[in-house]
Amino acid sequence: MPQLLTANRLIDGRVLYWRGGGWVENLDEAEGFTDAAVADTALAAAKEFVARNLVVNPYLFEVKDGRPVKEREIIRAAGPSVRTDLGKQAKYGSTGTTSPAAPERDDDVSI
Amino acid sequence: MLIKNNLPAEDTYVTVADDAPLPDGAVVVSLKRFRAERSDLLARNQKLGIVLDSDQSPEALGSDLDRLSLVVLEFPKFRDGRPFSWARILRTRLKFTGEIRARGDFLYDQIAFLKRVGVDAFELPPSITPELFARALTEMTNVYQPSADGRTTIVAMR
Amino acid sequence: MYRYDEFDARFVAERTEQFRFQVQRRLNGELTEDQFKPLRLMNGLYLQLHAYMLRIAVPYGTLSARQLRKLAEIARKYDKGYGHFTTRQNMQFNWPKLKDVPDILAELATVEMHCIQTSGNCIRNVTADHFAGAAADEIEDPRPVAELIRQWSSLHPEFSFLPRKFKIAVIAAPHDRAALRYHDAAVEIVKNDEGRTGYRVWVGGGMGRTPYLAYVVGDFVEKPDLLGFLEAIMRVYNENGRRDNIFKARIKILAHSIGEDEMRERVLREFQEIKTSGYLQVPDEERARIAAYFAPPDFERLTDEALPTDGDLGRWIVNNVTPHKQPGYAVATISLKPIGGVPGDISADQLDAVAQLMDDFGLTEIRASHEQNLVLPHVRQKDLPAVFARLQVLGLATPNAGLITDIICCPGLDYCDLANARSIPVAQEIAKRFADLDRQEDIGELKIKMSGCINACGHHHAGHIGILGVDKKGVEYYQLLLGGSAAEDASIGEIMGPGFGEHEIADAVERVVDVYLKLRRPGERFLDTYRRLGMEPFKNVAYGEQLHAAH
Ligand code: SF4
Repeated sequence: MPQLLTANRLIDGRVLYWRGGGWVENLDEAEGFTDAAVADTALAAAKEFVARNLVVNPYLFEVKDGRPVKEREIIRAAGPSVRTDLGKQAKYGSTGTTSPAAPERDDDVSI
Repeated sequence: MLIKNNLPAEDTYVTVADDAPLPDGAVVVSLKRFRAERSDLLARNQKLGIVLDSDQSPEALGSDLDRLSLVVLEFPKFRDGRPFSWARILRTRLKFTGEIRARGDFLYDQIAFLKRVGVDAFELPPSITPELFARALTEMTNVYQPSADGRTTIVAMR
Repeated sequence: MYRYDEFDARFVAERTEQFRFQVQRRLNGELTEDQFKPLRLMNGLYLQLHAYMLRIAVPYGTLSARQLRKLAEIARKYDKGYGHFTTRQNMQFNWPKLKDVPDILAELATVEMHCIQTSGNCIRNVTADHFAGAAADEIEDPRPVAELIRQWSSLHPEFSFLPRKFKIAVIAAPHDRAALRYHDAAVEIVKNDEGRTGYRVWVGGGMGRTPYLAYVVGDFVEKPDLLGFLEAIMRVYNENGRRDNIFKARIKILAHSIGEDEMRERVLREFQEIKTSGYLQVPDEERARIAAYFAPPDFERLTDEALPTDGDLGRWIVNNVTPHKQPGYAVATISLKPIGGVPGDISADQLDAVAQLMDDFGLTEIRASHEQNLVLPHVRQKDLPAVFARLQVLGLATPNAGLITDIICCPGLDYCDLANARSIPVAQEIAKRFADLDRQEDIGELKIKMSGCINACGHHHAGHIGILGVDKKGVEYYQLLLGGSAAEDASIGEIMGPGFGEHEIADAVERVVDVYLKLRRPGERFLDTYRRLGMEPFKNVAYGEQLHAAH
């Protein structure tokens, strides 16, 4: 199963996904790994960001058809299922779709 | 670096491994070695310290404590809070007046607590400079509860 | 309520700056995450699924209107316009940024609030009966004792790196509204045979993976000795609690592995040692000084009114209003469990509006309860209609206190990093099923408590019906427990059997409740019927079989 790489940003705790040597906030823009060796290389590179105190707790998780397999990752990627007006779902729409819902007021800090 | 009574100090003790020969002068040995070679160690008539691991209570030392001039409290990891109780017991219950020294994995953020329970010497990692050490003691001016440091509590000041 | 003097104010201000320095060192890389985590937790800061979460201490649940307004302001300025009341009488914000937290703490300090020891392996914020000072059945107000413990435990030099967290509750009434026997330690204010007031001290309760009820280690501790006695308990725990296995590190495991007699003996021995070496006694004057802050408000001389029992107002009064010790007054519960809402959540606008309501009706304090509701402890009975009308406008007049839709529910997988399953949507589904008030009132007192994982923040072991979220290969499942109670008749719920799927659990609850309605005897609560009949009749139908049983 393909994998994505995720972490939380240290300064504000927000969920991040790996793409091309850096991080994005939207799961739909994340880089998918079909090759486990490539995924591990990316994880090692992500740990550099840990050492530089920019992110915490990077790890890989599985996706199927662009959607996380585990409920936990679906919720992390979207926001609370009981408050669809909040979190990433409010900014980017629900994961695996491209329709943006009403943008959420949030001055996210970038790395 | 060793800090003693809030100031950088020279370490006059040598910590000796269990299987190493004893050098001349003040030494620190493990509790295990102390037990095994108790009479020899006491007969040296030199300053003697022992290391207590975090699972070793000073109460087991009994009257031998009077013959010791240093107790080193070892922190295997900073989250292990037992040495805080050992220090307090050493000072308050066993009335130990020698040096109590913190060694191992403790944080800047624990220095003021350690001081309060009766630790008076610290083997600082390089990340804690003497300036930082001094700062740690100024973060909180007053205390709510009595401890081994004899500080006046907020209750008493009211 | 308690007011800070110069010492308390300085303490909290300095603690804020201490934390600011910790955050600064973390961001600079002088602290690793492993080092920072216990430090931030000791100040109530978690890293959850979507963001950080900040848990603010509401000491023994008491808040002023000014504090509510500050919470509203913080919710708007630093968070997303709402907060969440927890089962430990605290308030949580779900979206703060690490870099902002020191500023939030500084704002809290201006209204005498803080996040000290709301998490971490230390003595946690102390909880107390949310009806304190108002309940007709209390011996004395338990909050001065809670405040004394709060001060003593704040940055305790010896007990800040315990094997695991340590929670203390204080009550002073025969009716236990603070889940005393589920605490690591608890203080029950009692009178002895001579009529003297002292403390019965309990140890070893807790929920989590292995739930236990506390037992008594001190039958009657004299007033000046309380902190010395607690210090003895803490030392026995700090020295002997397990540090090799996080699931076995709570004092409940120590207490129940060495047993009651041995625990008593160790605590008493330690207490004797503490006494011999000169110890911490609380002088009468200090206790009196603190108690003075909790003096009851100047009650007017009123007489009891004939309160309506029908219509919307009557329903709310019957379900949410409790007798007060003072004639003409009442205790009113503001339910934070609207049907379909998130249990315990409150918006910034509602916080402000409740503060305004307090001002308008001369109410100086409000309480957060461990059941995730708010309580107005001293309402004039003649004001009840107007208070109710105002709450209706605010969407805060749900008349379900103590009923089946008044569900205790942890944040679960919608927010919590440790969760196995979501709990809020299940609570919402159940509440919708039972939304009909006639049905709720017919069912009567029935406490549903739900947790999204074994940590049991939602007190599932103590629910008349408990629900526990579990993870089966990434899919959410729910276990049903029956027969728990956190009250004076405390008991630990029994697990029924295999878990239910996300879409089965509400059905299962409904079937269980139907069995109760069929089999109950007059006057029996759900819990009573369960205790009389056991698991069997409920289990027989919960998984979908027909109900054959009849009288
Ligand atoms: S019970 Fe589990 S899921 Fe619920 S809040 Fe506690 S840790 Fe999180």
